[in-house]
Amino acid sequence: MSGPARLSLGPVLYFWEADRLRDFYFRIAEETDVEIVYLGEVVCGKRLPFLSEALGAAAERLRAAGKEVVLSSLALPGERRDLAALRELAATADGPVEANDFGAVRLLRGRPHVLGPYLNVYNEGTLAVLARNGAVRCCPPPELPATAFARLVAGSRLEFELQIFGRQPLALSARCYHARSRGRRKDNCQYACGEDADGMPVETLDGRAFVAVNGIQTLSAGYVELSAAVEEARAMGVGIFRLMPQALDMVAVIGLYRALLEARIAPVELRARLAELAPGTAFADGYWHGCAGMARLAG
Amino acid sequence: MSGRETPAPERLELVCPAGTPAALRVAVRAGADSVYVGFRDETNARNFPGLNFSREELATAIAFAHDRQVRVFVAINTFPRAGEQELWRRAVDDAVSLGADALILADLGLACYARDRHPGARLHLSVQASAANPEAIALFEELAGIRRVVLPRVLTVSEIRALTEAIGVETEVFVMGGLCVMAEGRCLLSSYVTGQSPNMNGVCSPAEAVRYAEEEGMLVTRLGPVTVNRFAPGEPAGYPTLCKGRFLACGRPSYLFEEPVSLSALGVLPDLARAGVRAVKIEGRQRGRAYIERVIRTVRAAAEAVAAGRPVPLADLQELTEGGRETVGAYDKRWR
Repeated sequence: MSGPARLSLGPVLYFWEADRLRDFYFRIAEETDVEIVYLGEVVCGKRLPFLSEALGAAAERLRAAGKEVVLSSLALPGERRDLAALRELAATADGPVEANDFGAVRLLRGRPHVLGPYLNVYNEGTLAVLARNGAVRCCPPPELPATAFARLVAGSRLEFELQIFGRQPLALSARCYHARSRGRRKDNCQYACGEDADGMPVETLDGRAFVAVNGIQTLSAGYVELSAAVEEARAMGVGIFRLMPQALDMVAVIGLYRALLEARIAPVELRARLAELAPGTAFADGYWHGCAGMARLAG
Repeated sequence: MSGRETPAPERLELVCPAGTPAALRVAVRAGADSVYVGFRDETNARNFPGLNFSREELATAIAFAHDRQVRVFVAINTFPRAGEQELWRRAVDDAVSLGADALILADLGLACYARDRHPGARLHLSVQASAANPEAIALFEELAGIRRVVLPRVLTVSEIRALTEAIGVETEVFVMGGLCVMAEGRCLLSSYVTGQSPNMNGVCSPAEAVRYAEEEGMLVTRLGPVTVNRFAPGEPAGYPTLCKGRFLACGRPSYLFEEPVSLSALGVLPDLARAGVRAVKIEGRQRGRAYIERVIRTVRAAAEAVAAGRPVPLADLQELTEGGRETVGAYDKRWR
């Protein structure tokens, strides 16, 4: 928990083409100083065959650049194909793995692993059980308020990670809404999710941004932006701050948050610069303050 | 009504909801094998005003049910708040000491507490735990000794069969009532909009956040700041549950997640029995007694028909379902 704060880059949640994905990570490796990179298909097992090669190349390049690479597992492995992928990941990973389902937690027992944000870790009791199972780091669920976060961190020897930028994962389903929006079924989805690099915008009937759909996943429409909470979180003992990849200039985003951690830029200025990078996107911080997740409280 | 035998293993066990002591008595008389209830606080996933049981009411209810060979399960299936786990642990201790036949738990830490503190207690894994694969279920079995899993509504019948064969515990599945479109326990839509969630507060799309307004001749329903639907005059207006709302995607209004339907899986009951499912569950602790009674009688008749190898009598339950429409949900692969 001690030492300087580190930045992590969460897994790309969207179905980017293999070339785009590889180029993205090569840039992250060469042009950013992010310390930890989470890599892997979290949302849909159907995408994996198209991506494994690019992800492998990305992992190699990121490691060569001195980054810690963590392989992220599927969040809802239900179908036979998903389970096979999960078991293979657990059996062959040569580095740390982020568990995003309790099935992964079992397969990783006795080996150091990360508890991802899709696991329901809400309290000290569950955290203690999972620590005994081998967890070394925890990125709690998005809806956990600062008060609960503080309790978790205070009673644990694990490392803690807080998402401070990007869309918030809100729900998973057996049903693919990208396919449904095109009048298709999941089995015949024709990879509709690949058409929306930053998720499919969903609005209310009065035209306000509501959520973004990413295959079987539903995400917040706006981005969480917690620059104003970083100091408080660091004081609690949170040591890692996670940025989620969105379809915008992530190298610039990482640079802004590095400047924030080094006190070279204030949260207000960071948000103004972010607004230029992501025009029209709302920023939210409600969950951290114990309020509705879509709310925005900080200036 | 007394003296009913416990179900033969070859008949599906009926696990029925009771939001109040009166509903429990109705459920017992209507043919429930087991009734599930919750305490009157945020330890359970139907933490609604006017619902649920005090400790005294639970004691009386358990005596009533046990006299009639019906079991009572206590759902303690929200996730304990950090720093305040005592409230949830006390619920576990009290349910056990009052004689509950099983505890329905979602939180791994709480389940481990229950196993350590009450080694003899029968623990069921709530649907809210979202354990939908053999590895996840085995984790809860190994660490907390769970004896049954209530399966999330994300699996097809054939997946349920494969899963039931692959695991060492009993399976229970929902067959009637409200339908979560998202994987249970993995959905934050309600807290995203209102600050209150099923996982933390035991509520989804809470009533105090609901607003109805008349605008330009349309009835508009909102949850918090979010418009969930607009209804033309004469169009039946449903409760604004977020996942059953009408939204714009690709410029088109649609029920993007799910239409206002409820689950009815009676048609696949024989398949579920063949898949090795041990118990079927009816959702609806918030429902009225008339509904509960009618649904239980219908499902009981269906389960008996399945056990006897007769076709399932598909009664008309439609006027009791949301918007009068039903779906078999994820049990049919085409739903995905």
